[in-house]
Amino acid sequence: MSASDLGVNEVLGVSRIEGPLVFVEGIGSVGYDEVVEIIDARGRMRYGRVLEVGEGLAVIEVFAGTSGLSIDGTRIQFTGQPYHIPVAEEMLGRIFDGLGRPIDGGPEPLAERYADINGSPINPTARVYPVDYIQTGISTIDGMNTLLRGQKLPIFSAAGLPHDQLAAQIVRQVALGVPVGQPPAKEQQFSIVFAAMGVKNDVAAYFRESFTESGALTRVTMFLNLADDPPVERLVTPRAALTLAEFLAFEKGMHVLVIMTDMTNYCEALREISNIRGEVPSRKGYPGYLYSDLAALYERTGRIKSSEGSITQLPILTMPNDDITHPVPDLTGYITEGQITLSRDLDHQGIYPPVAVLPSLSRLAKDGIGEGKTRADHSHWASQLFAAYAHVQDVRALASVIGEEELSEVDQQYVRFGKAFEQEVVNQGLTENRSIEATLNIGWRLLSMLPQEELTRVSQSELDEYYKGSA
Amino acid sequence: MSEQVGTVTWINGPVVRAEGSRYVSMMDLVEVGEDQLVGEVIGLNGNVITIQVYEETSGMHPGAPVYDTGLPLSVELAPGLLRSIFDGVQRPLPVIEALSGSFIGRGIHVDSLNREDRWDFTPKLQVGDKVSGGTIIGTVPETEALEHRVMVPPDVQGTLTWIAPAKQYTIDEPIARVETESGEKELTMLQRWPVRRARPYQMRRSMTEPLITGQRVLDTFFPLAKGGTAAIPGAFGSGKTVTQHSIAKWADAQVIVYIGCGERGNEMTEVLQEFPHLVDPRTDRPLMERTVLIANTSNMPVAAREASIYTGITIAEYYRDMGYHVALMADSTSRWAEALREISGRLEELPAEEGYPAYLADRLAEFYERAGHVETLNGQAGSISVVGAVSPPGGDFSEPVTQHTKRFIRCFWALDKSLASARHYPSINWLDSYSEYIEGVASWWRDEVGQDWHAMRAYAMELLSEESRLQQIVKLVGSDTLPDEQRLILETARLLREGFLQQNSFDPVDAYSPVEKQIRMLGLILNFHRHAQRIIKQGALISAIHDLPVVNTMIRMKTLVGNDELEKFDEIQKEIDQQLEQLEAEYV
Repeated sequence: MSASDLGVNEVLGVSRIEGPLVFVEGIGSVGYDEVVEIIDARGRMRYGRVLEVGEGLAVIEVFAGTSGLSIDGTRIQFTGQPYHIPVAEEMLGRIFDGLGRPIDGGPEPLAERYADINGSPINPTARVYPVDYIQTGISTIDGMNTLLRGQKLPIFSAAGLPHDQLAAQIVRQVALGVPVGQPPAKEQQFSIVFAAMGVKNDVAAYFRESFTESGALTRVTMFLNLADDPPVERLVTPRAALTLAEFLAFEKGMHVLVIMTDMTNYCEALREISNIRGEVPSRKGYPGYLYSDLAALYERTGRIKSSEGSITQLPILTMPNDDITHPVPDLTGYITEGQITLSRDLDHQGIYPPVAVLPSLSRLAKDGIGEGKTRADHSHWASQLFAAYAHVQDVRALASVIGEEELSEVDQQYVRFGKAFEQEVVNQGLTENRSIEATLNIGWRLLSMLPQEELTRVSQSELDEYYKGSA
Repeated sequence: MSEQVGTVTWINGPVVRAEGSRYVSMMDLVEVGEDQLVGEVIGLNGNVITIQVYEETSGMHPGAPVYDTGLPLSVELAPGLLRSIFDGVQRPLPVIEALSGSFIGRGIHVDSLNREDRWDFTPKLQVGDKVSGGTIIGTVPETEALEHRVMVPPDVQGTLTWIAPAKQYTIDEPIARVETESGEKELTMLQRWPVRRARPYQMRRSMTEPLITGQRVLDTFFPLAKGGTAAIPGAFGSGKTVTQHSIAKWADAQVIVYIGCGERGNEMTEVLQEFPHLVDPRTDRPLMERTVLIANTSNMPVAAREASIYTGITIAEYYRDMGYHVALMADSTSRWAEALREISGRLEELPAEEGYPAYLADRLAEFYERAGHVETLNGQAGSISVVGAVSPPGGDFSEPVTQHTKRFIRCFWALDKSLASARHYPSINWLDSYSEYIEGVASWWRDEVGQDWHAMRAYAMELLSEESRLQQIVKLVGSDTLPDEQRLILETARLLREGFLQQNSFDPVDAYSPVEKQIRMLGLILNFHRHAQRIIKQGALISAIHDLPVVNTMIRMKTLVGNDELEKFDEIQKEIDQQLEQLEAEYV
């Protein structure tokens, strides 16, 4: 009702409650995006955030939902600043809820400082362009879609595909990349920030167990917003996680790998709020600012001049109905630096990880591979495998019409190559950690199944060195 | 100079309403709140002022003051633009970094151009000379690659009463005085121009000279004329940005304006780190010396993204007015259109298609029409070529931004996801793309390169489209059932695709292909085809032709033959003739 002059602005009673939104009138000076504490009639406190302010009126989204709030019994305190979370190095090894409150039974972390979860955009001139590759031990990533330190590379998956296993395997195996011929880097150089948005309890448990088993738990911070947690909190979870990641990377100089799952749930929460507010929708009911909103998360990745550290993002999203043109994967693909796409087809054939090689891409790979980084032939090697495997698709389409026997001799070789490629390059064990050299060698062995004159993307000297087939 | 004209009453993201003076003008630049965030007036209704704010409004509250600068959103034009990187409203990012560190702070007020730098000014006129808008008063070597021509602002006309002697000046110091009808005016090297208004010129000229990009599929198959407009639409991962970067690197324009509009931060960093080290093949100077970068990445404020396109094209017009050929890259115009949509949504305007405002087409037209080949106010020829990337959702070209863009461009470079998946780069689909400048630039090729480019191009296109038809059959029954003459077309088309159209922008030799090399390569492939056609009629087998060693040479010639050793093509031609004649001898 009245604005106190003591810094905190408090009102008693709200004028309207609709879904997760509360409308308050008769307030004094309230800031846009400011955080509020909402106290219900029984004295329980929950957080909310100001979405819109007008003279004497504010629209507030309530993170924990509005059940239990009443028109007259609700007290609202405006804190005068955007949502902040404590950040500290000792948060590694801890588990928090979607708003950044500890849920592992431990005490509140001792904050080194409090940080605004919205962050600020990194100045492009302050960035350092990524050039160092990360070894994940997975051939389809290291070899064909190389991930660099400071890159954002999402996993495009779908319901029922093993994206969780793949992400957990990457966390177990992740290491700084070294050129072929040099001793492998020490382990455990990466800190992991894990943000779960609307995932099921058992999925969160799977990750926790997997981190525990591999001994990674001490360098992992988990922010868990589970499927039965309030959807509005989901809008805070990735921001809280990235705020900690920025602190660890840019103030403590660590290499941080951020895993966010599942971005589709996040976008749905955003759509829910937008719809209740009556905003003009664009595609499939998602708000017009979905691109900008996602960009504000994904762009919090990279390296900067003033720190040794880096943030690498591996967001996971499930494509509704396996549709890559759905707004969530589509807008994500436009912001991120490539994508790892999983295929239901390969999964049915029992191939793990079922990475669909052709629609996958790492935009930055070109700058992190080759002489002195991986091996000199890497770039041509990858280009040749892509070209050959793309041709396999055409040949298979033809074979399905005229039958495999009717194919020309060369095309039959392609069919055999395609099969071997899926079985030996794509397919690997859940615990198999392949070195980059092993990956390159398998690739050359398979390319040697094709006649030499088919290999136009590699140079003659590379053929001389690595090609083992009949000339 | 700024006076308080109102107080904020309502805030929703970048859109703010204030109540106050009825004397504020549309499109005036205003400063909002205690932090004095920069904004622009986009609506007036009684005493309610609607403002789009170019910075994050988090924490702003009703009651905050609004100050009017009385000026429209403008850019500063003077020596010092080249080599710079600005945000969408022309704030220099390196200066912001020095002030606020690695992250962009709010409410930072800095000059767009450095006020301390001194430039070597050489006068070109004398006292008593008549001057008018566009007259060149003097020159400044802005970079070693480019002479900056200091011009009289478009609205000034009169007689020169004083001109500064050759010496170093800052951009604020007077360099001339002009006696005009309304009194004496002092001129500095610095001009301001409102970004939403096109700078004037005398007349438009016809477009007959191609903008050479060194990209074979563009120059040879779908040329863009200097002063023309092109769009590159494509789904994510199809290579828009790589193509834009290649054009920015190699186009034979004297000035490049590159607008990173709502795109990735790392991409701008890549340009920033790469361009100072790349050398322009024409001037032998670092590419950065002819480049102006505008970076409003996807996580920077959305209203400034909307402005970035106009900031960029106004700077381009300024260099055009000096008599230069300018190429402007906008990556991506879809993000700009989305910024329009977002602001329109927050204004609660009635949406047209897919939530975009009904004026989307008008805004696109206004932007693309600022391209052109013109006679400038000072009588020189200058041009702006615009290449806009379009990012259609789901790669679906029927969406509004692609469709409206197609109405205002004349060169369409359609990117193809399936080519990109097979790592065929640049993944420009030769059947979906088109250029309406082909007839216009044909005489340039005849005069400058000396070959019948027009006929060769037409023949190659014919082969490629015939191949696409044959591939339909091959997909059903395999290629073995086709007669050898048709299989030869498949073989030649493969040579065209792998040997000519594919180009590796990361290969030191192949990244840039001079036109002379392009035409030699195309000529070789077409000669090979004609010759092979003849011997197939005499009974030679296609498999024998396919196995000729020279076929492999032709696929690799783009990298085998250096850009300055084109005489090597004579040897390849000889090999082709020898091997085919030998084959011919076996059958005759």
